Amino acid sequence: MADAITMTPLAGIAEIRGLGMVLIRADLGRAGDAIAEAAGLALPETGRFTTDGLRWLGWMSPDELLLIVPGSERGRAVADVAGALTGEHALVQDVSDMRCVFDVTGRKPGQVLAKLCPADLETRPRDGLRRTRAAQVACAVWRIDGAETGRGWRLIAFRSVRDYVAQVLAGAAAPGSDLDPR
Amino acid sequence: MTTGPFRLPAGGRLIDRSKPLGFRFEGRQMTGFSGDTLASALLGSGQRVVGRSFKYHRPRGILASGAEEPNALLGLGQGGRFEPNQRATTTPLVQGMVATAQNAWPGLNRDFGAINDALWRFLPAGFYYKTFMAPRRAWKSVFEPIIRRAAGLGRAPELPDPDRYEQAYGFADVVVVGGGIAGLNAALDAARRGGRVIVLEQAAHWGGRTPVDHPGGQGRVDALLAELRALRNVTLRRNTMATGLYDHGYLLAREALADHDPNAGLPRQRLWRIRAGHVITATGALERPLSFAGNDVPGVMLASAVRDYIVDHGVAPGRRIAVVTNNDDAYRTALVALDAGLAVPVVLDARPVADGLLPGEARARGVRVETGCGIARVLGRKGVSGVEFCAQDGSGAPLGTVDCDVIAMSGGWSPADHLWSHCGGKLVWDDARAFFAPDPSRQPTGADGRGNVTPVGAASGDLAVAALTGAADAAAILPVWVMPANAPAKMRFKMWLDFQNDVKVSDVELAAREGYASVEHAKRYTTLGMATDQGKTSNINGLAVLSATLDQPIAATGTTTFRPPYTPLTFGTIAAEARGAVFQPLRKTPIHGWHEANGADWEPVGLWRRPYCYPRGAETRGQAVAREIRAVRSGVGTLDASTLGKILVKGPDAGRFLDMIYTGMMSSLPVGKCRYGLMCSENGFLVDDGVAVRLAEDTWLCHTTTGGAERIHGHMEDWLQCEWWDWQVYTANLTEQFAQIAVVGPYARRVLAKLGGMDLSAAALPFMGWAEGELAGIPVRVYRISFSGELSFEIAAPANRGLQLWQAIHEAGAEFDITPYGTEAMHVMRAEKGFIMIGDETDGTVIPQDLNLHWAISRKKPDFIGKRAQERSFMASPDRWRLVGLESLDGRVLPDGALAVADGVNANGQRNSQGRVTSTYHSPTLDRPIAMGLVHHGPERMGEVLEFPVPGDSFRARIVDPVFYDKEGAKAEGAADG
Amino acid sequence: MLILTCPYCGVAAEETELHPGGEAHLTRHGPGSTDADFEWYLFARRNPKGVHFERWRHLYGCGKWFLAARDTVTLQVFGTYPAQSKYPPREIIAAIRADRPDWVPHWDEITGDSAPGVGNDPAPNPTPARDSFA
Ligand SMILES: [Zn+2]
Repeated sequence: MADAITMTPLAGIAEIRGLGMVLIRADLGRAGDAIAEAAGLALPETGRFTTDGLRWLGWMSPDELLLIVPGSERGRAVADVAGALTGEHALVQDVSDMRCVFDVTGRKPGQVLAKLCPADLETRPRDGLRRTRAAQVACAVWRIDGAETGRGWRLIAFRSVRDYVAQVLAGAAAPGSDLDPR
Repeated sequence: MTTGPFRLPAGGRLIDRSKPLGFRFEGRQMTGFSGDTLASALLGSGQRVVGRSFKYHRPRGILASGAEEPNALLGLGQGGRFEPNQRATTTPLVQGMVATAQNAWPGLNRDFGAINDALWRFLPAGFYYKTFMAPRRAWKSVFEPIIRRAAGLGRAPELPDPDRYEQAYGFADVVVVGGGIAGLNAALDAARRGGRVIVLEQAAHWGGRTPVDHPGGQGRVDALLAELRALRNVTLRRNTMATGLYDHGYLLAREALADHDPNAGLPRQRLWRIRAGHVITATGALERPLSFAGNDVPGVMLASAVRDYIVDHGVAPGRRIAVVTNNDDAYRTALVALDAGLAVPVVLDARPVADGLLPGEARARGVRVETGCGIARVLGRKGVSGVEFCAQDGSGAPLGTVDCDVIAMSGGWSPADHLWSHCGGKLVWDDARAFFAPDPSRQPTGADGRGNVTPVGAASGDLAVAALTGAADAAAILPVWVMPANAPAKMRFKMWLDFQNDVKVSDVELAAREGYASVEHAKRYTTLGMATDQGKTSNINGLAVLSATLDQPIAATGTTTFRPPYTPLTFGTIAAEARGAVFQPLRKTPIHGWHEANGADWEPVGLWRRPYCYPRGAETRGQAVAREIRAVRSGVGTLDASTLGKILVKGPDAGRFLDMIYTGMMSSLPVGKCRYGLMCSENGFLVDDGVAVRLAEDTWLCHTTTGGAERIHGHMEDWLQCEWWDWQVYTANLTEQFAQIAVVGPYARRVLAKLGGMDLSAAALPFMGWAEGELAGIPVRVYRISFSGELSFEIAAPANRGLQLWQAIHEAGAEFDITPYGTEAMHVMRAEKGFIMIGDETDGTVIPQDLNLHWAISRKKPDFIGKRAQERSFMASPDRWRLVGLESLDGRVLPDGALAVADGVNANGQRNSQGRVTSTYHSPTLDRPIAMGLVHHGPERMGEVLEFPVPGDSFRARIVDPVFYDKEGAKAEGAADG
Repeated sequence: MLILTCPYCGVAAEETELHPGGEAHLTRHGPGSTDADFEWYLFARRNPKGVHFERWRHLYGCGKWFLAARDTVTLQVFGTYPAQSKYPPREIIAAIRADRPDWVPHWDEITGDSAPGVGNDPAPNPTPARDSFA
C-alpha cells in the first residue's frame, strides 16, 4: 500500500504501509544457512541485502538480519524462522509495527537523500544496505528498482518519527532545489 | 546606456547594459546593471561614503572588491529578510534591493558618534579594559552612554527569516577551492587522474584575477572550462564559498542560490558538507593596504579593486587616480585606468628604483612616476581630494601635492591561506617576498596521517602564476609597513590597520609598549583582526608593526590563529531544514492523533509529546488534572503509556545478565510474573527504574522510563559487547513495536471484561502477573502493575492496533465515564502513594538507599552494576539525606526544590541546609498539599518541623511518612463490585 | 569531524553517526576491590597527548561498539578493531609503530606485564566508561 506524500520535479515521496518485518538476531555464521532457507532467500553479505522482488533479507549487524515480507505473510515468516532456529540461541521477533517506510523515486531521488544523509550513497553497490541517519533520526536506505516501486531508494525509520521523516523528505524534494550545478 | 555619473561609457565584462536594475541606498533611488555587485552599483552612482567606522564613526568608503572588504557592510532587505553586515562587494545587485548604512546615527552624513573621532586621544588600545576596570564618574555619566549608544555593528533582524535554507552532503576524491586559473588547471590535472573532482568558486564567474590582469586571460579560462565541462567526473560549482576546512577532510561551503532575491523561489542558500579525500586550495591572494596617514578616507582603495571596478563593471571609482605602491603589480591599475580614459596624475613608488616591465610601460604612456616616495597626508575628509607626498625614508616632510579623487594603494599581496591554516597547516614567513606562505613540509593531515591539503597558484605563494603573460615580470617588492618610514607619532595616529575595528598603527605600538608582546594578546588588546572581516586586510600589516615595535623579525612574531568561517555564515544556513515544525524530531505514539483531537495539553518528555492533561471547556490545567485524578480514583481512566521503554532480553545467560543490570534479583522471577527493579550506574547512582516481566524461561521484557529506552538499551549493549561478550544474550529495543495503554481505577476490570477475550479476574491474573490473549479481537499482553495504587492493567498491543484498542476501551468505558488522563495526574497519583519518580527524587547523586528502596537491592548477589560503588564509605554513611513525606503546615503547596535550612552557615557564609523538596503537589484526592523530600536523617525525625525559606517568604513543613494515600493498599483490587 | 571505519560493517562513518565511549582497555574492578583500584578504574583516565585507544559505538549504523587507535594531536587513525579484543591487535600496534617509532605502550603500568601485541601477555579488557550515567 503506497500513499503519495509529494511529487515534485525532483522526486516523488510515497509512504509504504502494511509490510511485514521480522527481526532476527543469531550467530549468522552458525545459523545463517538455516535462516536463509526459512526466509527463502540467500544470506546477504555484510552491508548487503538479497531479494526476490517480494521478500527481502537485509544485513543489519554482524548478528542481526531484517526480513521484510508482504504483510499477510508476517505470522508465517516469524514462525518459519523461529522454527528453523529451534535449539539455537536466537531472538526472532515480529517488528512489523516498529517502523515507517518511504520510497523516494522520480527524477533525482539520490539528491533528496544527499540533503539528509551523511553517507556516500552514490557509490553504494546496487544491493547495498546503509544504516545511517536522515537529518536527526536513524534510518536505513537501499536502492529499489521495481515495476511497482519505480527506481530510487527505500528508507525505513522508526514509527514515532514518521511525520518528521515525511516532512524532511518532502522539504528536501522541494521544487527548484535540485543539486545540479548552476 | 550608462547609469550614474561614474559609469564609464564602455566596458564592464560582467555587466549587461541592456538590463538596468533599480535599488535604494539610504532611501535614495539608484540604478545599476545586471552583473553589478552592490558595491560597483554604488560606486557607479557616485556614492562614496557607505558607512561609519566602528569606534570613531569616521566616514568610510569601499576599499576592496571581494570578500576582504572591511568597510562596505550594509543592512540589506526589509522585515523578515533584513540582514545586517552584508558585504556590498560580494552581494550581487538585485532589482528592488534596499540597502542601509550601518553604524551611522542619526544619519550617514551627520553622525553623532563621530564625536569619538574628535576624542581619539581618550580612546586608545585597551580603552574598554581600562575604562571598565576603573570607572570614574565622568566616564559613567558622559562617555559611556555615548559609547553604548554607538556600540555594536549593524542591528539584529527582529522578525523570523522567511527564506528557505538547506544542507547537502558531498563526497569527492579531490575538492579544488577556487576557480581561478590555478584552480582550473589543478582540477584538470586531478580529473585526468580519475576520481570525483569538485571545483568551488566563491564568485559568480570563473577565472579569478586572470581575465582582469592578463590580456588573453579570458581565453585561457574559457578553454580550461570547456575541457572540464566535458569530463563526467568533474562538478563545477559557482557562487559557493568554502568557509572552513575541518578534521579528516571535512569541508564546509556555502552555495548562494537566491541571495536577496526572494522571487527566485529557490532555497536562499545551501550549506555543503563535503568530505574530501584531498583539498587543493587555489584561493589566490589578498592585496594589502599601505599604512599612511589618512589611508581610511573614502576614495583610498586597494589598487586591484580599482581596476576590478573598471574592467568588470565599467565603473570609474574616480576620475583622477593616484597610485601608491611598493611593488610592480599596482602599475596594472594605472594602465587599466589610462585604457578607460581616466587620468593617472602620479604613481608614488616607495622603492628607490622601479625599472620593471610594468613601470616601464606606464612611463612610456606618460605617467609620472615618483620613486622613493610615499604619502604624507591625504587631503579631504569625506572623500579624497588630493595627496601630499614625501620621501619614503624620511619623516614626512612634504615634497609636493597632487590633485586626485582616488588613491589606489598596494602594499603587496598575501596568499589566502585560511583553509590551509584552519586544519593545522603551518605558514612560513618569506622575507624577500614579504608574505606568509604555506610551509609544504607542515601540511594539514588527514585520517591516514598524510598531508591532505595542497595549495596551488597564488595561495601557495606563487604570485607569478597569475602572470600568464609568461615572464616573471615583477621586480622585487619593498616591504613597507609604515609610510613614511620615520613617520612621527602624529601621523601614526592616523594610519589605519584594521578599518572595521578602527585599529591604528599607534594602537598596536601602544599595546607592544604596554607589554602585549604575544601576537594573540596584542590582537585581543587592540581588537585587531577581530571584526567580521577577521583581519583579511589588516593582520599582516598589524603584526609587521608589532614586530617592528618589538624589534624582532616577523617570523618570530608569527600569525594569529585562522578560524573558520572564512566569511560569516547566516544562522539560517547553519540551521537549514531544522526549524519550525522540523526543528527537532517529535516522537508521536500511535494514539497521538486521538489525544490531539481530544484537546490534549502537551508536555515534552524527551523528544516525545505526551498529554499533560485534557482540559475541558474553560478548565485550567490544575482543574483538569484534579478532575482526571478524581475520575481515576473513583471510576476509571486511561493513560497512553506507549512511550515507556520495552527492551527484550533473551538467551541462556539473560537471567545472569539482568542480575548485573538491576540491583534486585531478576533471575529468580517466575515465568508469568512482573517485578519492579532499579538500575544504577557503575558509580552507584540510580539511573532508571521499571517493571521487568519474565516472558519465558530465557526471555525477559524490561520496561524503562520514557526517557530511558534508548539510554538503557545502549547501556545493556555496552556491557554485553564490551565486558561480558561471551555471555549468550540478545537484546531488542521493542519500544516502538507496541502501544501500551494503562486502564486504571476501581472499574478497570469491568471495562476490560466488556471487551471480551480474556479472563482478567483476580484469580486468573493476580497483582504483578501478566497474561497474553486477545481483547476486542486485538492481540494483547496484559500486565497487572500499578503506579497509582488503584486496580490497574497495562495492555500492550501491536502499535498499529493501538488506536483501535484505545477507542474500544473508551467505548466500553463510556458507561463508567472513562476519562483519559495525562502525565501530571500520573505524577500526582504516584506521589500520593509515595512512589518515587526518576528525575524528581533522583538527580544523578541519589542512590536507592537514600530512597528507602533497600528492599529492591539484593544482598545475596555478589555483584551488580553499582554495587562496588555503593560500598564506598560516603555511600554507606548515615548522614545522607533520605526520603520522607513533607506536610505543609499552612495548607500552601511547598515550592519545588526549596531547601530546608539548618543552624549555622557554611564556608561561603550561606545558611546550612538539611534537606530539599523533590516532589510537591496539591492532592485532589486528599484536598491538601503533599510533598516528598530528601532530609538529613529524615526517616528518624518523624514529626519534626522544617523551615523552607524562599526569597520574601518562608514555608514550614512537618516530616511524615511519604505514603499519603491508602497506606494499607486496600484499593489495589478495585471496586467491590468490580 | 572524524571519520572512523566500523570494523563490523566496513562503513566509513562520520562522527555524527558514532557515539563516543571514552578510553578503551580498562579493567573493571567490582565488589572486593580496593578503593584505589576502584578509583583508578572508575575515574582515572590517561588523556594522553598522542596515541590513544578509545571506544566508539556505531550508533547510527550496526549498533556495535568498536575500538580505535588514534593520535589525539594529529587525529591520525591507526586503525579500528572489535570491542571484543583483549588488547590492540598486531596490525594496529604495527601501524602505530610505523608512524610513531618512539611510542611506548602503557600496558606495563596497568598489568605489570610487558607490552602486549608482541607476545601473548594478558592485557586489560575493553570496558565501558562506567561513569557514563554518573
Ligand atoms: Zn558498523
